[in-house]
Order: sequence, then C-alpha cells, then structure tokens
Amino acid sequence: MTPPDYEYLRKLLKDQSGLDLSADKQYLIESRLVPLSRKAGLQGIPDLVQKMKNGSTSLVAQVVEAMTTNETFFFRDKIPFDHFRQAIMPEVLKARAARKSIRIWCAAGSTGQEPYSLAMCIKEMESQLAGFRVEIIATDLSQEVLEKSKAGLYSQFEVQRGLPIQLLVKYFKQTGEFWQINPDIRAMVQHRQLNLLHDFSQLGAFDIIFCRNVLIYFDQETKINIFNRLCKIMEPDGFLVLGAAETVVGLTDAFKPYPDKRGLYRPNDARAVRAPAGLVAPRIAAAAAGM
Amino acid sequence: MKTCLVVDDSSVIRKIASRILEEMNFQIVEAEDGAQALEACKRELPDAVLLDWNMPVMDGFEFMVALRQLPGGDVPKVVFCTTENGIDHISKALHAGANEYIMKPFDKDIVAAKFQEVGLIEAPV
Ligand SMILES: C[S@@+](CC[C@H](N)C(=O)[O-])C[C@H]1O[C@@H](n2cnc3c(N)ncnc32)[C@H](O)[C@@H]1O
Repeated sequence: MTPPDYEYLRKLLKDQSGLDLSADKQYLIESRLVPLSRKAGLQGIPDLVQKMKNGSTSLVAQVVEAMTTNETFFFRDKIPFDHFRQAIMPEVLKARAARKSIRIWCAAGSTGQEPYSLAMCIKEMESQLAGFRVEIIATDLSQEVLEKSKAGLYSQFEVQRGLPIQLLVKYFKQTGEFWQINPDIRAMVQHRQLNLLHDFSQLGAFDIIFCRNVLIYFDQETKINIFNRLCKIMEPDGFLVLGAAETVVGLTDAFKPYPDKRGLYRPNDARAVRAPAGLVAPRIAAAAAGM
Repeated sequence: MKTCLVVDDSSVIRKIASRILEEMNFQIVEAEDGAQALEACKRELPDAVLLDWNMPVMDGFEFMVALRQLPGGDVPKVVFCTTENGIDHISKALHAGANEYIMKPFDKDIVAAKFQEVGLIEAPV
C-alpha cells in the first residue's frame, strides 16, 4: 500500500467512524480491505481508494464497516453485569418507583450479546419489575452486526463464551447448529443504526448507558466529545458503564467514578453549574417533580 | 492447588484438556471411563470433574449420578464436555446435578469461561 493511500484511508476512517489508527497499521487495513476489494471485483487497495475518491459512497460505507472490530460475548467481563444487577438496578428501581419506566442504551451493541445479556438480567428480575416498562436500545455503526443482532442467532462457539448453561437452556432454542435467543427476549431489545460521532440526542434521555469497548478505538478529543454528549442525554442520577480499558478519568469531569465499582460512572453534580442552562436544568426539575 | 479429574475415553482429548487445565493451575487426574473415574473419586474427591458423556463400561451420566451419592459427592463441580449437544441431553445433565456443560469442539477460552462460571477459577481482572 502506498503511503498516500494509507494516509487517505486513515483520514477517511477517522472522519467517518472515529477509528484512530497509528502510523503502522497497514497490515490491519490490508487484512480487512484486500478481501473486501476482491469481493467488490476490484484490483486491491489502490483500485479501491481510486473508486472511493471518485465518490462511491456505498464503498466508503463498506470500508468503514469492514474496519470495525465487532468482537463481543455474552456477559463480557462479568463484573459489569454484577454491577448492573446488584448496584445499578436496585438504585434505579428506587429512583424510578413513581415513573415506573427505565431506559437503557447499549451504545455499541455489536452482534447483540451485550444487549441480550442485559435483557436476560432484566428477565431474571421480573418479579421486582412488575408494572415497570424497561426499554433497551441497541445501536451500532455497522448495519451488518445489527442484522445479526436482530436475528439473535448464534453459533455453538458464541453461546459458550460467557453464557451460563442454565441461561442457554432457559432462553435459547436450538436450530440446527445454531442457537437462537427466544422471541420474548429478542422483543425486549430495539435496534437502530447510529454513529457515535453524530448527534444522538434524538434517542431521548437514558437511565443507564453501556458504552463498552468502542471508545478505545478513538482519540482523546473524540472520547471527550462523546462523553460530554453522553452526559447530556443521561438522567442526572443515571449510570454509565465503560469497558475494562476505558475511563473518564483525565478526560472529562462530566462523569465521576462510582466508588469501588470498576467501570461504573455517574454524572457529576457539578455539571449542573457549568453546563449551559436549558440543557440540564429542565431535566433536573423534571426529576425533582418525580416524573 | 485444585485438582481436576479429566474423564474421556479419547487419550487425545484427555491430553488437550489436561494441558489447558494445567495452565490454569489444576493438578490433573485422568480416567478413561466412568468406572475408573468413580474409583478415583472414592480414593479422593477432586475439586472439579471435566466429563465426557459417551464412554465404554460406565458413561459420564451414570458416573455423575453415582458421584453425587458418595459422601461429599455433591461438592465437586462437574462440567460435562461432550459432543452430545442437544438441549435434551443438557437439561438431563443439569437436572441430575451437573454444574456446567461444554459442547465439543472446545478450546481454552471456553474451558476458562465455564470454569469461571462455576467459580473454579477467578475472572481475569
Ligand atoms: C468491540 S465491539 C464492542 C461490543 C460490546 N459493546 C462489547 O463490549 O462487547 C465495538 C463495536 O463498536 C462499533 N463501532 C465502531 N465505531 C463506531 C461508531 N463511530 N459509532 C457506533 N458504533 C461504532 C463497531 O461496529 C463494533 O460493533
């Protein structure tokens, strides 16, 4: 790959998806884009770059998708889901006792293991949630992973990483070599394509946001920008859950770490003072009114 | 050091499984069928059993039922590891006291995930 082609792709990816590649990731680009260019009937990367420069937007979208890393598994890292059951949900249940609705966003849901893990947790807590309306919204940049997530169909390998066998038996049906998550769990998750670089305020306010293992691919400035926007669509008493290698510390004071719970953050009260009036104040008022 | 009894009639599988488990700091005892495994358990109960289903002499299911009746036999964590991947087999095993269930083929990640699940090893931090 010529250095100008590499620079072109690097900039394109940074602009389109936030992916921040260091100067030496040629092999990564080649391993993902050479197969893609063949599939598109092109002669490798120079040809691909030329077509994109000529304005093929569908090719750009394919390239951006091909460069995403979609690795995920059920109950990934376990601890965040313990936090969810033992710390987050009990507090949210109390705080929303009057409103009786809880909104959860999986901001990079990939192929569905994370949102469905949350859906199964919710299902297991059903008795405490009587009368509650719980929404789980899974979004991702990649249309391909969203389709897989919607289908809820997983290989034997996928259902054996992180998913306790009791939950497999309880919530999945075997179809040939695959396992499909049951319709009632699938119905608990709504899917939407969404690029975190773009405005997401239209999603409405959330009580809980899982934004895990996606910010690691972005540069500092992008992370800060996303944190600040996440904070704006989060209820003042909400919870943010990040991946094991991610933190707000040193980047923003929009969120503060929750004591003794790794990966768990809450909006910082102080932001009410600094944030422009009109963005935060009405929601605080709404919360105080018990809405 | 925790002990794991690896029960499989295939010496290749026993070897692969043992290597994975040794890396996870288990001391390994091997058995070729359920009867041998039961003898081993009567001598000394392991912390864990990685258990094939279909084996000559005594199969894995019969072994587990017998194990669960030994004094203290409810303590070892039993993780099936078998090509029997139908929901009926899985349910039957769970009802009879299995703790986890691996569908072959398996790899190190799956064994580690399942052993974490039943608390035999710590989750990596
Ligand atoms: C490694 S997966 C993480 C999945 C899951 N959250 C987890 O922790 O297991 C990262 C996901 O982020 C998505 N992604 C990458 N850039 C994105 C962006 N700019 N906006 C939204 N999603 C993005 C990718 O498509 C991929 O599915």
